[in-house]
Amino acid sequence: MATPRHLLLLLALALAPLLAVAAAEGAAEEGPRGRRLLVLLDDLAVRSSHSAFFGSLQARGFDLDFRLADDPKLSLHRYGQYLYDGLVLFAPSTPRFGGSVDQNAVLEFIDAGHDMILAADSSASDLIRGIATECGVDFDEDPEAMVVDHINYAVTDVDGDHTLIAGDDLIQSDVILGSKKIEAPVLFRGIGHAVNPSNNLVLKVLSASPSAYSANPKTKLASPPSLTGSAISLVSVMQARNNARVLVSGSLDLFSNRFLKSGVQKAGSKKRYERAGNEQFVTETSKWVFHERGHLKAVNVKHHKVGETNEPGMYRINDDLEYSVEIYEWSGTSWKPYVADDVQLQFFMMSPYVLKTMSTDKKGLYSISFKVPDVYGVFQFKVEYQRLGYTGLSFTKQIPVRPYRHNEYERFITSAYPYYTASFSSMGAFFIFSFVYLYHK
Amino acid sequence: MATTALDFLPAPLRSLRLKTKQQELLLRVSTLALIYVLAFAVRLFSVLRYESMIHEFDPYFNYRTTLFLSENGFSEFWNWFDSESWYPLGRVVGGTLFPGLMVTAALLHRLLRALSLAVHIREVCVLTAPFFAANTTLVAYAFGREIWDSGAGLVAAALIAIVPGYISRSVAGSYDNEGVAIFALLLTFYLFVRAVNTGSLAWALASAFGYFYMVSAWGGYVFIINLVPLYVLVLLVTGRYSQRLYVAYNCMYVLGMLLAMQIRFVGFQHVQSGEHMAAMGVFFLLQVFFFLDWVKYLLNDARLFKSFLRITLTCVITVGALALGIGTASGYISPWTGRFYSLLDPTYAKDHIPIIASVSEHQPTAWSSFMFDFHILLFLFPAGLYFCFKRLSDATIFIVMYGLTSMYFAGVMVRLILVAAPAVCLISAIAASATIKNLTTLIRAKSKSPQAASGKTTGSKAAAKGAVDQSLPFQHNAAIALLLGAFYLLSRYAIHCTWVTSEAYSSPSIVLAARGHNGGRVIFDDYREAYYWLRQNTPPDAKIMSWWDYGYQITAMGNRTVIVDNNTWNNTHIATVGRAMSSYEDEAYEIMQSLDVNYVLVVFGGVTGYSSDDINKFLWMVRIGGGVFPVIKEPDYLVNGEYRVDKGAAPKMLNCLMYKLCYYRFGELTTEYGKPPGYDRVRGVEIGNKDIKLEYLEEAFTTSNWIVRIYKVKPPKNRS
Repeated sequence: MATPRHLLLLLALALAPLLAVAAAEGAAEEGPRGRRLLVLLDDLAVRSSHSAFFGSLQARGFDLDFRLADDPKLSLHRYGQYLYDGLVLFAPSTPRFGGSVDQNAVLEFIDAGHDMILAADSSASDLIRGIATECGVDFDEDPEAMVVDHINYAVTDVDGDHTLIAGDDLIQSDVILGSKKIEAPVLFRGIGHAVNPSNNLVLKVLSASPSAYSANPKTKLASPPSLTGSAISLVSVMQARNNARVLVSGSLDLFSNRFLKSGVQKAGSKKRYERAGNEQFVTETSKWVFHERGHLKAVNVKHHKVGETNEPGMYRINDDLEYSVEIYEWSGTSWKPYVADDVQLQFFMMSPYVLKTMSTDKKGLYSISFKVPDVYGVFQFKVEYQRLGYTGLSFTKQIPVRPYRHNEYERFITSAYPYYTASFSSMGAFFIFSFVYLYHK
Repeated sequence: MATTALDFLPAPLRSLRLKTKQQELLLRVSTLALIYVLAFAVRLFSVLRYESMIHEFDPYFNYRTTLFLSENGFSEFWNWFDSESWYPLGRVVGGTLFPGLMVTAALLHRLLRALSLAVHIREVCVLTAPFFAANTTLVAYAFGREIWDSGAGLVAAALIAIVPGYISRSVAGSYDNEGVAIFALLLTFYLFVRAVNTGSLAWALASAFGYFYMVSAWGGYVFIINLVPLYVLVLLVTGRYSQRLYVAYNCMYVLGMLLAMQIRFVGFQHVQSGEHMAAMGVFFLLQVFFFLDWVKYLLNDARLFKSFLRITLTCVITVGALALGIGTASGYISPWTGRFYSLLDPTYAKDHIPIIASVSEHQPTAWSSFMFDFHILLFLFPAGLYFCFKRLSDATIFIVMYGLTSMYFAGVMVRLILVAAPAVCLISAIAASATIKNLTTLIRAKSKSPQAASGKTTGSKAAAKGAVDQSLPFQHNAAIALLLGAFYLLSRYAIHCTWVTSEAYSSPSIVLAARGHNGGRVIFDDYREAYYWLRQNTPPDAKIMSWWDYGYQITAMGNRTVIVDNNTWNNTHIATVGRAMSSYEDEAYEIMQSLDVNYVLVVFGGVTGYSSDDINKFLWMVRIGGGVFPVIKEPDYLVNGEYRVDKGAAPKMLNCLMYKLCYYRFGELTTEYGKPPGYDRVRGVEIGNKDIKLEYLEEAFTTSNWIVRIYKVKPPKNRS
């Protein structure tokens, strides 16, 4: 008995420094977002009916706090500090939140740089609609309406009213949906929405097919539906200017165990998939929403004159300078160098005077060297890097550019030598002339 | 006054006849010393009333640059690129200012430091203008003596010491270029007249250096470089050409020009700008004149000379016209600037350059301000001209020309009363001095005649005149009455000047004073309150947008970057700000974003009744903005050609950024008892838009009397 215990002790001793290193690395490799999520539910049954989705979140290290939406002790922050890093709002029919939370509190939560997944349903309350509207997504105003598609519906055992939709019109973005293509259609049953055309931060992730429309399936259509075709968005995402990400889905069932586990066959298609695309879809989009993917950071912004290392407070016109920045991407576990060939630097004063693509060493370092234009003023080094799915990189650094000092010009110009000669010779001649004139009688 | 003191020698002094000359000298020196002290002391009202502070707008820039100069030295100052003004263009301060004032103050400061007087640079700056005004009295004395006699000189010194037209620009704290420039101007003129009178190279050289100092101090040097050649031309035409003139002008022009080129801001203008061409033309003309004179002397044949003259003149005129034509056409000689045009033609600026016309000190002068600034000098001036014409000499011709031209310019622009003031004082001094001298001569001749004195103290001519005039009845009494009248007028002048100085010209305009309802003085220190708020509460690299009037003050007192300031060198940039102020909020927001504006500052007088606020300046913003951006149209802001802010105002007016920022939350405020809330005390109306909502800006700070309001520009909306 003693020997194994001894061994164990030795092993522990040997592993201790390694563990410490790992812990230190873990501390250094802190992700862009925390892992505390608040899940608000209408009723706690959803916790079990959507357990697969929650399970995948927990498996990825998230710390989920399930609360009823009308919990009177509900609060998003305490002593000025937010208690959560993200919000999963699976309470489509709640008329008002409990505690100190209301629509504005949720919006402030987002404006403070936190993320949210919002799922509505055909019973969506004004509160949920209001939050969605503030995020640039307008649900169909008819409270009874659902998305109906008589062509691209999912075949089920009972011939229903074609409100179970097999959506496959997904956004083309590896960053949002992951690099593995989602083959199977995504099942959807719920209400449609349109993205606000004046809001260019919203993206349609899952759009309805051209044959879809939004109406009450139980009654006859009295007038043409207000939302039709591929203008209907089923799932949308919004990345705010502060990089807070919001996913809005018109269907809560999309996340449910039932949809995640069921097979799917699209009407008119022979091919039947064993599993719907839902599981992959919700996992990948939730990874994106909670910043496990597609988050860039720029560090070590440096600039200096060619041949020097110190950053000056001011440049002179026609100086040669070097600018460099390191850009990393969060992979979910660590910061990896971001590799792209389209990161551009502007040397900007009201308009870009220099606009150049930076070269990269593939290890995250982007650099460029250029000559300061022959214009003085207060310039900015400006990097505006906005790519689909990625967090926006936008950083500027102000730097004045001065003209030459009086002693930085050339002292003697070769082409002016005739003038030098002329002036000095005439001065000499004048002196001689005066001398002769005055003293030679 | 001084002359009367001189001529009424008190009895005890008169008994010491042997030392008359010394007595006179003593009297003259002590009078001059008193005038010197008076000129300095009268300008200290502002310090006593308020505090030792810099006034107005431009002086704040001068103060800031002087501070920079005394901290960083001349070389840094010369090459100073200021990134805090005219964001994002920046300003090459070293190359766009007249350094004379700053260098003078910095040298004075250094001198005082060397004498172990630990004074702050601000005190030096505050007292620079009074100090130079006191020095001006000395120059005026010398000048007066040069053109008339020492009595006139003393009177001129006394008059100029307290003339309101000059005091308005030289009270303590008015740290502006004019403060030293008038001294330099008068000094240059004096030295030049002296050079013409003596024909001495040394005086001409001195006047060239005086000119150099003037060029380094103020853009008004253009007046010298045009008046002097004009004077030379007049002397040539009137046949008063002399070797003395030739020496004086050539030396002064050539050396003065070379020296002036050393000022970066002036550079090659003396050979390249249309405004300086007259001086060059006269310079060449003088050479031709001299040459012709010489030829005439050699030829000794009138007929031959006449034909030679004709040929030479034709050649010279052709060459001159060709040179000017080619120079102008090729762009080598720049055309006259707008400012110069607007001086010659008072209506020019109004039609073509709103930015010049918008400045209140560029307005044509009202009659009342002539009366206010000159008082009795306005009547003495023509009398003085009469005396000058009666005793015409090279010197009096000069002062007559100086007086007449500067009077014209004073009529064109209010601020140029300042340039006219010395001339008016000198000419009036001649009138006063000569009149009083004649009167006293009469009185003394009468009282002496029984003794049949040969006239030891008075000149023989005056005595003879007195003898002739003896036949006139009541002459003695009339002379005494006239003398008393003159004495009364002069004392009224002194009272008026003191009153004007203490009441009108000693206000720093950055601190406002008003009478409260109980008669006590109420001080509005809102400007400084706002600027210190900016200094303390905004990030150091914050950019402040305001109308250009406040730019210098914000950079100097708030230490923050401004978009435009009082150095109105870039009209487009100012027009952009004008456009932002007169656009709707969303359009303005785009402009402000493109200029990286963080805060907007407006000045609003509706609560206090402070009338020179931004709403009253607003039409100029519209005009200047519309001059560059035709989307801004003045009629959109007017109703039937009328400018109003009440319910009947134009819709664009009621919703433009300036209106919103000035009147935000004003509708809730009751300003005057018995008036509805939102009653604007400047315009005297109830405002037309009381329910103002700001979408892209938020109120950051409003001073205690609402005079300055600062708004923060919100960042773009996070979610849309």
